Amino acid sequence: MANYYFDNTDLKHHLTHPLMSRIVELRERGYSDAQKFDYAPIDFEDAMDSYEKVLEIVGEICADIVAPNAESIDHEGPHVVDGHVVYAKGTQVNLDALIKAGLMGISLPRRYNGMNFSLVPYIMAADMVSRADAGFVNIWGLQDCAETIYEFANEEQRKKYLPRVCAGETMAMDLTEPDAGSDLQAVMLRASYNNEDGNWYLNGVKRFITNGDGHISLVLARSEDGTKDGRGLSMFLYDKNDGGVTVRRIENKMGIKGSPTCELVFRNAKAELCGDRKMGLIKYVMALMNSARLGITAQSVGLCEAAYREALAYARDRSQFGKPIIEFPAVYEMLSIMKAKLDASRTLLYETTRFVDMYKTYEDISKERKLTPDERTEMKKYQKMADACTPLGKGMASEYSNQNAYDSIQIHGGSGFMKDYACERIYRDARITSIYEGTTQLQVVAAIRHVTTGNYLSMIREYEASDFSPELLSFRNRLIEMTAIFEDTTEKVKAANDTEYIDFHARRLVEMAGHIIMGYLLLLDASRNESFRRSAEVYINYGEAQLVGHADFIHHFAVDNLDTYRQQ
Amino acid sequence: MSLKIIVLAKQVPDTRNVGKDAMKADGTVNRAALPAIFNPEDLNALEQALQLKENNPGSTIHLLTMGPGRAAEIIREGLYRGADGGVLLTDRAFAGADTLATSYALACAIRKMGAYDVIICGRQAIDGDTAQVGPQVAEKLGIPQITYAEEVQTVKGGKLRVKRRLESGVEVVEGKMPLLLTVNGSADDCRPRNAKRVMKYKYAKTITEKQNANVDYTDMFDSRPYLNLVEWGVADVNADLVQVGLSGSPTKVKKIENVVFQAKENLVLSSSDLDIDHLMFELIENHTIG
Repeated sequence: MANYYFDNTDLKHHLTHPLMSRIVELRERGYSDAQKFDYAPIDFEDAMDSYEKVLEIVGEICADIVAPNAESIDHEGPHVVDGHVVYAKGTQVNLDALIKAGLMGISLPRRYNGMNFSLVPYIMAADMVSRADAGFVNIWGLQDCAETIYEFANEEQRKKYLPRVCAGETMAMDLTEPDAGSDLQAVMLRASYNNEDGNWYLNGVKRFITNGDGHISLVLARSEDGTKDGRGLSMFLYDKNDGGVTVRRIENKMGIKGSPTCELVFRNAKAELCGDRKMGLIKYVMALMNSARLGITAQSVGLCEAAYREALAYARDRSQFGKPIIEFPAVYEMLSIMKAKLDASRTLLYETTRFVDMYKTYEDISKERKLTPDERTEMKKYQKMADACTPLGKGMASEYSNQNAYDSIQIHGGSGFMKDYACERIYRDARITSIYEGTTQLQVVAAIRHVTTGNYLSMIREYEASDFSPELLSFRNRLIEMTAIFEDTTEKVKAANDTEYIDFHARRLVEMAGHIIMGYLLLLDASRNESFRRSAEVYINYGEAQLVGHADFIHHFAVDNLDTYRQQ
Repeated sequence: MSLKIIVLAKQVPDTRNVGKDAMKADGTVNRAALPAIFNPEDLNALEQALQLKENNPGSTIHLLTMGPGRAAEIIREGLYRGADGGVLLTDRAFAGADTLATSYALACAIRKMGAYDVIICGRQAIDGDTAQVGPQVAEKLGIPQITYAEEVQTVKGGKLRVKRRLESGVEVVEGKMPLLLTVNGSADDCRPRNAKRVMKYKYAKTITEKQNANVDYTDMFDSRPYLNLVEWGVADVNADLVQVGLSGSPTKVKKIENVVFQAKENLVLSSSDLDIDHLMFELIENHTIG
């Protein structure tokens, strides 16, 4: 009986982070649910024990059901029958297993039949499911949308929809349109209010909608006639039971082939307004996107893990020139860097998740009672760090998942180019992670302001002041030197006072911050757990070389040099 | 109609992943070296029970397992997947039981458990591989049995219609309840543990486990009575001491040999008296028996 939770002790390391006691205390509001629900924890230890036991179920399903189905799902894919999606057989088997195991609505409150879990174990489940089948995680992971319903819909809508999500109904978020991709302000799908029956009706087309035929969809639509920008958009809830939406076709994709990417036609589809009018893009989509980005970071980490494991197993198994190829420097260097990138991505993933969990839980508590000034300060602090880390993590981890997938194939040599090995599917599946929910370039756009405002730097200063094991101090000193270079380079770019110049170097500056932050996080991991020592060292070596290279490039680059790069 | 279902399940050493130290020098199974698991075909049996329960609202499932104290895990695993309760049959006097003594003890416990409609068990356990316990329990209780069951198709008019998986194909038969099914490994895999049920039942313990636990959960067990697992000994099920355990077991292990199969040998027998007579003669002749 393989188990993706037990065979990867790094997960438990991240689950048992010191901040968890705070997070769980806040989430459980003094463990009062134990009186009302027979599955609610009675104290912190009980909650953590439950998290582990549930992750054990996820780990078992991933290893025994989801991973073995991945190949057939990749081949078979979903198809459209009479305007609706029929999943590949394996997809349905996976979904049934997860539903029977009660793994839907994991972090929703218990009063809606959820389990009120911290986001950390939820994201950890997504991490494992992604390792098993990155295409499948899209369908399961869209339960994220339920968080948006919980946050912004009214109580009647919550009562109507959330228990259905917990019972296993799937979701979709319908944002993209043929002419509105990265620029969602251009959304055209029309929402019109019928004064006679008091309902909203949707008309138009959505494209590239993951799991577009899910039971419950959040739809971004133009509710204000004559408007052209984001301020005319509202969020709607569409219930498949009401009908009115058909799937015109499913895209034939390069990867994540089990996940149906739908083109949807709305014909007078009845829908409910979710939250306030005109706040669709400005407020709700931003929240939705942030949680979706965290989900993609988890997907990227799962893919990094899968790619690394495939490469490691092959390198041990494959002999050339009379010895296993893992003994050749060219190969073991690649494997070490793959593992370091994996560990770096994962530690940033869980750090970000904890930040999000802290501030979202405070936000939720603030609906029940007024927060104390200290609590409000703390909430703002975590929100700021979450906002800074979400695009950084998504950008870096998704690029690393692609790099690991590339290296995994490289280690497989010619065999990796054949369809016979999983690394080929992983390579195709990884490719989307740096594109959807905002391309890496857009993550940089979101992240660069945290470079220029000094948010990353103040986070780095806090990490710098943490307690490290004495034997790790030399690494901290290197990170301090790297920080000085980062500061200096940032200042140089800012001093040019030229927006285009900043945009041009933004990726480099964001990556520099990322290397330092992930370096510190790995050092902190290594301080708690010796097994991270190697990855910390390998990553700091790697990050330092990248950072110095970026700094060098920038220091030799004047505003005038932009001309050389501009396309005519 | 609602059904009262009893599932017979056994905790077994995981013989599917046998390492070097799986057998002791004296030829007996080194149980300490092998993880204890839910017998795989008993999981198939549990799944059939759970499906019956889903399709027949109001039905209940109780597990019955015989073994040492740690076999209480089997009851918990059943609860995690949807069973309503269970009984651990445990007593030093039960130790060393062969299939005859085991089926006697189980039958005594089933009588004590009260009325039932269906008893479901796995075809055989992966440690002994006899496939005898289920049929013997049915005989002792005087109820019909359907072996090699793969799927319960219908429940109608007090009868179960069951698809059997046989070597040469499938057979659909009907049996009148109460009856016993032994379920084949080709039946549906058991569903995973359910998250909420795991959280609800994870502290469930037998009285012996509670006594051995170093944490005091007295209050919890008082306020959540479903956490108390039933544990019965010989006296609780009114069993005859002579018929249980070693003393009730005519099977004596004379010798154990390591056998490496040279070729895939296969012999298909019909259930005719003639074929069985021939087999018996052959076994007596080559001293497998006697």
